[in-house]
Amino acid sequence: MARNSNRSKTGFSIWAVLVIVFLYLPIVVMVIFAFNQPSADALASNPGVDPCSLPATQIGNVSVWNGFTACWFPAALHDPTYIPAIITSAQIAFVAAAISVVLGLMAALALARMKPRGRIPFDILVYLTLVVPEIVIAVASLIFFVQAHNAVPFFPQLGFWTIVLGQIVFNSALAMLIIRARFVGMGDTLEEAAFDLGAGPLATFRQVTLPRLMPAVFSAFLLSFTFSFDDYVLPAFTNGTTNTWPIVLYSAVRFGITPAVNALATMMLLLTIAAIVITALILRRSRGGSSEGVAKNFAALGV
Amino acid sequence: MTDANDFDVEFRGITKRFGDVAAVNNVTLQVRKGEFLSLLGPSGCGKTTSLRMIAGFEQPDEGELLIGGKDAVGVPPYKRDVNTVFQSYALFPHKSIIDNVAFGLKQRGEGKAERRAKATEALELVQLSHRADDRPTMLSGGQQQRVALARALVMNPRVLLLDEPLGALDLKLRKEMQFELKRIQEHVGITFVYVTHDQEEALSMSDRIAVMSNGVIEQLDEPRAIYDNPKTAFVAGFIGEMNFLTGTVTSANDGHWTVDAGVGVPVQGFGAAPLNEKVRVGLRPERLVVTPNSDETGTNRVLSTVLSKMYLGDQIQFVVTLPSGATVIAIEQRASVDPATDNIKPGDRVTVSWDAHAPLLLGIVDADKSNSTDTSTTKETR
Repeated sequence: MARNSNRSKTGFSIWAVLVIVFLYLPIVVMVIFAFNQPSADALASNPGVDPCSLPATQIGNVSVWNGFTACWFPAALHDPTYIPAIITSAQIAFVAAAISVVLGLMAALALARMKPRGRIPFDILVYLTLVVPEIVIAVASLIFFVQAHNAVPFFPQLGFWTIVLGQIVFNSALAMLIIRARFVGMGDTLEEAAFDLGAGPLATFRQVTLPRLMPAVFSAFLLSFTFSFDDYVLPAFTNGTTNTWPIVLYSAVRFGITPAVNALATMMLLLTIAAIVITALILRRSRGGSSEGVAKNFAALGV
Repeated sequence: MTDANDFDVEFRGITKRFGDVAAVNNVTLQVRKGEFLSLLGPSGCGKTTSLRMIAGFEQPDEGELLIGGKDAVGVPPYKRDVNTVFQSYALFPHKSIIDNVAFGLKQRGEGKAERRAKATEALELVQLSHRADDRPTMLSGGQQQRVALARALVMNPRVLLLDEPLGALDLKLRKEMQFELKRIQEHVGITFVYVTHDQEEALSMSDRIAVMSNGVIEQLDEPRAIYDNPKTAFVAGFIGEMNFLTGTVTSANDGHWTVDAGVGVPVQGFGAAPLNEKVRVGLRPERLVVTPNSDETGTNRVLSTVLSKMYLGDQIQFVVTLPSGATVIAIEQRASVDPATDNIKPGDRVTVSWDAHAPLLLGIVDADKSNSTDTSTTKETR
């Protein structure tokens, strides 16, 4: 018995390691190749030039290891297109996530209290926005936004705000589902207890409901931000002249990309990991959220 | 005439329906100032719904509800001078113990120092002031229960509502908390309305008990009266253990009645009885005396056969078959019986007897319902 269970434990461990390798090996490779030099030929034909200032067309084959350099990192940070696109993407993601979370929170509170007759049709609509292929929403959004701008002058032109609006459709539905799950799990008794102790509806929301929902609100914000940030399909249709980071990358791929892209991705990865670690530490230290709850929320994020 | 102000809570013909079911059906109830009133009954009897209507979480469909003599129908919970101790405690997990207790005072707009002083005092009352800065999850169930009590008491409400507050605690802790609750209630003098399905809890703490069943109050009385003089078969069966006999009233005069319950001898008791009607008679197991080696029969003295015997430590419980074929339970205190009783074996012939004050007349039996309850039944409520 004991030997059997030991053997199966070892088997599971190996399996777990394989899964993790499968998941993270591409990222490791990407990070390694952020430090890759241009090919020897490229270096030889451009003597005296900073190797990381070479355009993508002249760096030779960088999908094989040519040697170590860290110069892609400063080069990436000084690239005239990448950084503004990343800032634009971050702004769009932040605004879309913030609005989505507010809408999702309101919908979650309302729907959880609604009678089935009103709730079920609304639920179906919400799920539809999640399962309809994004390309459909993107095409529909493009047509709608153009028509809307033609009909109503103060409706924004294709650009920053139309990307935000299009993403809110999907993200608010997502936020609603995440927040409602926690709200339903919370039950009515805490709110009843607050009412019982003299707190009106607003005071109860502020002092009891919202603090209890904060982990879910936070998860919803992070997920929404991530989806917006690396969304390509919808912005590709509704961006007008606004360039987001995925759009810039996709168009760069056509001419070939330099390890500067890897360097940027590596920096973003580090920022993300730092953000997650810091949040986990904050949530664990604030005694309200148990570490179990934190783990659950990060599990929901796939982290 | 009683003044409405003598009552902290008054139900006047209140009905509350959920769908087609009347959870509370035309209930009239008056809760006196400063009393400890229990709403006792099985699950689904309407006791919790009644409590939630006083708290304001449910609104009655019909009837009037008065709190402190004022109409309370439609008044939201946060504007009522009542506070609740929830079964699940419902402490705010993101707040410290002291902040939980001070929560209600904060809503009232009391100053920080005052809040803290009052909350500390309330925590002292429940002997938890040393845990003031802990989180609720760090406390045991019994401690959380006491915090919930302190949080409600600190509001000094007109009425304190308790919804099975001891339900989740183990037996020993429950007993301790019963004493504790009674002590606190007497100390603070606030009216308590206490919902429970535990008859022992209700009997030990209450000034009065309202026994509920199917949305109506079956009987409202002091604990002793509820136990000694149950007015209906439901109350008799729900409170304590009870043997039931069914028979026809053959005589009723001078405050005596006699019932022929088919046990071979007349069953006689005190009180008024409807002549020639079929009635149900209740006999408490502890009022039955089992005498071994005896074949002397007579009024209230029946020759029977022992079916089984069980030692309960300080007590012996017999199940005895009467000549009618019905079985009854008799409980003897071992300290007070003839040692010969200890030696009774199943199958022995014994006499079962009782005092004429023991039989309780529990009303007329409906002809259509009599089949199921014709033979005597007992109910284990421990």
